[in-house]
Amino acid sequence: MIRFLVSRFVQGVVVILAVITITFTLSQMVPGGAIRNERNVSEETRKAQEEYYGLNKPWIVRLGLQIKHYVTLDLPDSYHYKGRGVDEIIASGFPVSATVGLGGLLIALVIGVPLGAIAALRPNTLEDRGSTLAATLGICTPSMVLGPLIAMLFGLKLRWFNVAGWFDSSDWVLPALTLGIIYSAYIARLTRGSLRETLAQEFIRTARAKGAGEASVVFLHAMKLASLPVLNFLGPAAAGLLTGSFIVETVFQLPGLGQFFIAAATNGDHQLTIAISTFYAALIVSFNLLVDILQAFLNPRIRLHA
Amino acid sequence: MSSTASASLSPSGAAWRRLMRHRMNAWALWFLIALVLLCLLGPMLSPYDQAQQNLELKASDPSVQHWLGTDPLGRDMLTRILHGGRVSLEVGLLATAVAAIIGVVYGMVSGLAGGRVDAAMMRLVDILYAFPFINFVILLMVVFGRHFWLIFVAIGAVEWLTMARVVRGQVLALKNLEFVTAARASGAGFWHIVWKHLLPNVMGPVIIYASLTVPGVMLLEAALSFLGLGIQPPDASWGVLIREGANAMETYPWLLLYPGIFFSATLLALNLLGDGLRDAFDPKSMSQQ
Repeated sequence: MIRFLVSRFVQGVVVILAVITITFTLSQMVPGGAIRNERNVSEETRKAQEEYYGLNKPWIVRLGLQIKHYVTLDLPDSYHYKGRGVDEIIASGFPVSATVGLGGLLIALVIGVPLGAIAALRPNTLEDRGSTLAATLGICTPSMVLGPLIAMLFGLKLRWFNVAGWFDSSDWVLPALTLGIIYSAYIARLTRGSLRETLAQEFIRTARAKGAGEASVVFLHAMKLASLPVLNFLGPAAAGLLTGSFIVETVFQLPGLGQFFIAAATNGDHQLTIAISTFYAALIVSFNLLVDILQAFLNPRIRLHA
Repeated sequence: MSSTASASLSPSGAAWRRLMRHRMNAWALWFLIALVLLCLLGPMLSPYDQAQQNLELKASDPSVQHWLGTDPLGRDMLTRILHGGRVSLEVGLLATAVAAIIGVVYGMVSGLAGGRVDAAMMRLVDILYAFPFINFVILLMVVFGRHFWLIFVAIGAVEWLTMARVVRGQVLALKNLEFVTAARASGAGFWHIVWKHLLPNVMGPVIIYASLTVPGVMLLEAALSFLGLGIQPPDASWGVLIREGANAMETYPWLLLYPGIFFSATLLALNLLGDGLRDAFDPKSMSQQ
């Protein structure tokens, strides 16, 4: 277990270092350079700015400085939002993305798991067909179509929620619903498949033979094992959900991390681009690790090894 | 070997039968064939150019002249949807081809090399799985401009990981089988074995997995175009049309609905066909029964 954690930690560090290197190198190639937004600056001002941001040093030195920022947690300032540290900007965008993502995740679980479980418990009935059809339709509806449709229905027609923006305390609902519906389709499909497989296994027959009631068989014995593939999917999916889907944030015009990233990439705000990518990578790594550990708890046959 | 051999089907023939036995799979296949033909021929047969504006017309309802109406610039929606469909399908297929080529080469090398090289190569794949790829793709688009070729190369370059794993697994299973040993014993060289014996045997899983990759790739292209980072107007892809439709949906909801329906139906057909192919070629891994 300790060895597993150490090896996973090292792997995570490698991922983060690689992400910093790649985003740094790519962002250096953005046409126009970092301070192209300054109009008519004198040669001295430009030099002074380059000096201030360390832009006049060779690539490898600057990469080293960049990595040093993250190792010492002394994060640089954004180029674009003057005087604001990249950590401040992430701290302002992440809660928005995380609220929407967490809401979406809950909606996805609340819809997806029962839908998949009903289908698995009553194979080849109308319920099974209906839930499978709903899941398939959900998978095939892209968020850039579903999002505007939901905004149109609940925002423009019914006027229950704001169509866009981040002002009222209920503004997370529609974007979370969009994400939730799409992810619930995947969850329903996975739940159905794995619950059916699990219910056919020997230990379920043993539980039934020992006189366990149907509810206890399904919820205590089968669900525990059947949730493994769902968890496996949720690790990477949750990281994606929490960091905000770029699409949903665009549709509903939310000031989340995704919007900041797109703006940073197009503005040539390298420090912010690198910081947000690194933050994403760190989240994905942590979620994958969390899922692995949870799986080991749920399935005694899984042993964690490096 | 047996006397009934002449009456039996080839493995691929049997798989084809299993695929077509499900009516949904057959429908999906016919739908896709029809769609490809429409997207290729439609824009040529249409009396309108997809970018041809008619500002007097503005956004109009479906009519005899414009079967699916026109957009706010008076462009014919049907022509634009079919043209956009061609672009989306092209990106989907080309990006999948890029992903398949990288994945097959990587997986083959890894599986054949074995030992430490294999372990290191697969560890690299594990590490790459944790990359925030969408960020890289967005950065690539910003850095190198929004070229058509870059879109599918960039998408292909991030979608090959699972393909590499699939191919490696196949190669590991195959490389110690008797027919490979026999080929080696009869003096076949390394490349001969790869080309004549291994490649044909991994093609099945590669095709199945590739067909499951296409819808994901098309979604990624649509996402990029929706964010304004993919195909650039006045050129059209389904992502571009959905973006334009979403911006105008309050007044003209059909501008969002029509391309949305085309896109969703295509994704549905591709998903059905991909699952169908997997079940047909590999009855053991059947997801349904």
